[in-house]
Amino acid sequence: MILRLVAGRLAMLAVTVAVASIAIYGALYLAPGNPATLLAGGHATHAEIRLITRQLKLTEPFFTRYWDWLFGLLHGNLGESFLYREPVASLLAPRVLNTVFLVTYASVVIVVGGLALGLASALFKRLGMGITILTGVGLATPSFVAAIILITLFAVDWKLFPVFGGGAGFVDRLDHLTLPAVALALSWLAYTSQLTRTAVEDEVKKEHVETARGRGIARRHIVTRHLLRNAMIPISTVSGITVAGLIAGDVVVEQAFGVNGLGSFLVSSALDKDFASVQAVALILVATFVVVNALVDIWSLFLDPRLRAKGA
Amino acid sequence: MAILHLEHLAIDLQTAGRLRRVVHDVTFRLAEGEAVGLVGESGAGKSLTSRAVIRLLPDGARVHGAILMEGRSITDMSRESLRSYRLSEVAMIFQDPRAHVNPVRRVGDFLTEALVERGEDRKKALEIVTGLLATVGIEDAERRMRQYPHELSGGLLQRVMIAAALSISPKLLLADEPTTALDVTTQSDVMVHLDAQRRGRGLAMVFVTHDLELAIAVCDRIAVLYAGHLVEDSPAAHLHEKALHPYTRGLLASRPSPTLRRERLAAIPGRPLSGLEVQEGCVFCSRCAHAQERCQKERPVLRELGDARVACHRAEELLEGGRSGGADGAEFEVRVGDRG
Amino acid sequence: MAGTGTPLLSAAGLLEEKRAGGGLLRDPVVLVSTGIIVLLVVIAVFAPFIATANPDSSNILAVNEAPSAAHLLGTDSLGRDLFSRLVYGARLSLLGPALIVCISSAAGTVLALAAAWFGGFFDQMVSRAADVLFAFPGIIFAIVAVSVFGRGLVAPVIALAIAATPYVLRVTRSVALRQRRLPYVAACYVEGVPAWRIGLRHLLPNVAPIILVQATLAFGYALVTLAAISYLGLGVQPPSATWGLMVATGQAAILGGHPEQSLYAGVMIVLAVVAFNLLGNRLAAHLET
Repeated sequence: MILRLVAGRLAMLAVTVAVASIAIYGALYLAPGNPATLLAGGHATHAEIRLITRQLKLTEPFFTRYWDWLFGLLHGNLGESFLYREPVASLLAPRVLNTVFLVTYASVVIVVGGLALGLASALFKRLGMGITILTGVGLATPSFVAAIILITLFAVDWKLFPVFGGGAGFVDRLDHLTLPAVALALSWLAYTSQLTRTAVEDEVKKEHVETARGRGIARRHIVTRHLLRNAMIPISTVSGITVAGLIAGDVVVEQAFGVNGLGSFLVSSALDKDFASVQAVALILVATFVVVNALVDIWSLFLDPRLRAKGA
Repeated sequence: MAILHLEHLAIDLQTAGRLRRVVHDVTFRLAEGEAVGLVGESGAGKSLTSRAVIRLLPDGARVHGAILMEGRSITDMSRESLRSYRLSEVAMIFQDPRAHVNPVRRVGDFLTEALVERGEDRKKALEIVTGLLATVGIEDAERRMRQYPHELSGGLLQRVMIAAALSISPKLLLADEPTTALDVTTQSDVMVHLDAQRRGRGLAMVFVTHDLELAIAVCDRIAVLYAGHLVEDSPAAHLHEKALHPYTRGLLASRPSPTLRRERLAAIPGRPLSGLEVQEGCVFCSRCAHAQERCQKERPVLRELGDARVACHRAEELLEGGRSGGADGAEFEVRVGDRG
Repeated sequence: MAGTGTPLLSAAGLLEEKRAGGGLLRDPVVLVSTGIIVLLVVIAVFAPFIATANPDSSNILAVNEAPSAAHLLGTDSLGRDLFSRLVYGARLSLLGPALIVCISSAAGTVLALAAAWFGGFFDQMVSRAADVLFAFPGIIFAIVAVSVFGRGLVAPVIALAIAATPYVLRVTRSVALRQRRLPYVAACYVEGVPAWRIGLRHLLPNVAPIILVQATLAFGYALVTLAAISYLGLGVQPPSATWGLMVATGQAAILGGHPEQSLYAGVMIVLAVVAFNLLGNRLAAHLET
C-alpha cells in the first residue's frame, strides 16, 4: 500500500542520484586531453601534473576512482580544490547557509504570494485579467532580468535594500537577501499563481462546493477547507518543476547580487575550471533537487486519499 | 400557516450571454410536516425550483415572484440571514453523493461541518452525528467517520448525506432526485430511511423526482411540472384514480404496471419541452391528444378543482370522460421509445 | 528528421485544419505573438541592414550617451551603439535556442518513435534514462559541460539540448504509443511496409503537431536558460553581443545611474519569451479542441 509507493519512490531516488553522480564524475573524462592538465588549470608544471596524477590515482581504472570519490563523499570528503588548495567541504561550509536561506526565503515568497495571487484571480473576476497579464510577463522574466530591474528600482533609485552580498546574522541576511529572493521567486511565483488559479477555478465548479454553500458554510471556510485544500493536490503534484527552477535560478541570482553561496561558487569554479569544486557542488545541487522532488511526490500522495488507496 | 410558499415563481438563466426564462410559473404552498413531490421530465424546471428555495442557482440567474419561508422572503435575504437560514432551517440532499461530498475530507468532517460552523462544540457535534448515522442504518459509525468518501458505497454515502442534512434539525428538507444516481438495489434502501426519518421528525419536504410512482409513495401531494409550468397539484392518494391533467395521466400510463399486462407500454408522443421552448397557448398542447383550438391560443391558468389544482381548459370534461371510459391513458397514442 | 522541415509542414496542416473552424488564424494572441517572433527573426537575419552602426566599434568620447539621431538608444559604457548591439545580439540569442530546440526535438522524436515501435526492453531503458535526466536542472548540466569543454556556444547548447530531450521524449512517446496501437499501423505492418517507413509516413505526421507545440514552448525556456548562461559569462564571450551578455555587461553601469543597456537587453529577452510562451500555449489550446 502506501508504504510500498513511498519505498518505490525512494528507490527511484537512490538510482537517480547514483546515475547522476557517475555522470558528474565521468564528465571530466569526456574532455579532450589529460584530466590532470585540466584539473591543474592552464599553468601547471609537469611536476604538478604528475603530482595530481598520483594524488587522484588517475592510472587506476575509472570505477575504482569513482568508488573512492563516492566513498569520500559519503564520509563528508568532497575532494580538494586545486585552485584554493583546500578541501572543497571547508570552502562550501560558509557558503551553504546563504544559499539555504535564499532558497527558503524565495520558497516562502512563492508559496504565499503564488497562492494568494492565484486565489484572488480565481475568486475575483475583475482582478483576474490584470493578474493574468502580470503573471504572464512575470513568468517570462528570467531571474537575472528581474534582478537588474530590482537593483535599478529598489537599490539605486529608492535605496531601500542593499544590492550586494549576503549579510550576516538573521536580520541582516533578511535585509540583504530580500531582493535576491524576490528576483529568484518572481517567475515561479507567477507560475504558481497561474497554476493555483486554474486549480481553484476547476474546484469552484465542483458539486461538493455547491453542497458546502447550500449548508451555509462561511465563504472563508469554503475557500480554505474545500477550494484550497483540494486545489493543493494538483498544485503540489507539479511543483517539482518549481524546485528545479529554484535550484537553477539560485545559481544565477547569487551571481547577480554577489551573494556568496553555492551557486556563485559553482559559477566561479566553472569559470576557473576548478573541477573538483564543480563536481561537488553540482552533485549537491542535483541530489538536493532529487530529494526535494521525491519529498514533494510523497507529500502529494498524502494530500490525496484516493491516490493512497490506489497504491493498495 | 404554510412553512413554504412559492408565488408565481419564475427563473431566468443566463445562457449564451442573455437571460432566458426556464421556469415560468410555479405556485404552491407547503404546510408544516407536509411532503410535496415535484415531478416532471428533464428540463421541466423541477430541480431549479427546489434550488431556488435554498438560493443555490447558477451565476447570473434571476428570480421573479416570491419564495417565502415562514413568511420571510428568501430572495431578499441578506448574506448573513441566508447563511443562518441554510445553517438551521433548510437542508438539501443532492442527487450524486459521490460528487457532492468533498472527496479529500473524512466522512466525519463532512457530517459535523454544519454543526461546527454553527458554533457547536466539536465533541458534541460528533456525538450528534454518530447517533444520526445509526438512525439511517449505518453501523460502526465510528469507523465510517474516519473513512474517506471513496471508501463508502454510493448507497452508504447517500445515507451519510441524509444524516448530514438531518444534523442541523431543519424544518424543511429539499431532496433533489436523491436515489437516481444509485444502484437500483440500494435505491429503495436509501428511500426507506429518508422517508422514515422525515415522517418520524415531522419534516416538510420538497421531493424532486422524475419517478411519479415513487413520489406518490412518499409524498402527501404531487406537483407536476411541464416546461417550466406547474400544471397540476393534487393529493398523492387520489392521483391514480383522479389525475386531472392529461400530462399527469400520460406519465401514469407510461409506467409499467405490476398488475396490468399490456403488449406495449404507453408513451406520450413527442419530445418533452423544456422551459426554454414555450410558445403561445397551453404548454402541453403540442403533445396532448385532447388539444382543441382554445388550447393552442389561450394558456390555461392554474385553478382549484376540488382539493386539487390544475392548469387545463378541459380538466372537468376529461375527468367525466375518464370516469366513464375507465381506462388509464387509453386516449394516448401508444408509441414506444419516443420519450427523449 | 523532425528538424525544421516536417514541423513546418505540419504547422501548415494545423493552420489548414483550424481554418475550417476559424480558430488559429483569427486568434489575435496567435497573430500578435507570431508577428513578434517573425519580427525578431527578420531583425536577426538582416542585422547588417538594420543596425545603424558597427556594434563593436567603441568610442571613448561618447560613452553612456542618451538616445539621439545618431544613436537611437544611446551608447554603452564603451561608447558602442546600443541599438546596433541589440540588433546584432538577436542573432546569437535566437540561434542558440533554435539549435537546442532542433537537436532536442530530433533526438527526442527519434527516441520516442523507436521506443513506441520496439516497446519492451528498449522502451524501458529509454524511459528510465529520461527519468534520470529529468533530475538535472538544465543549467547545472550546462555549467558542468562548460567547466569541462570550455566557454562558448557549443558546450551549453549541447548540454541544454540533452537536458531538454526527455521532455520532448515523454510527450511524443505517449502520443506515438497511442498511434502505434491503432489498427492501421498493424495493417501497414502486415502488408509488409517497412518499419522506418511506417514511422516516417504515418507516426511522424501524427505526432508532428504535438512536437511543434512542445518546440514552441521549449524555445522560450531554452532562450531564458541560454541567456542565463550568457549572463553568467559561461557562454559566448565578449565582444560578441548576446542579450544575456548585454544584461551582464550593463550591470556595472547601473550603480552609476545608467541601467539602459541591461534593461533594453532584458526587455528583448522578456519580449521574445512572452511571444513564444503565448504562441505555444495558444497552439496547445487549439490542438486540444
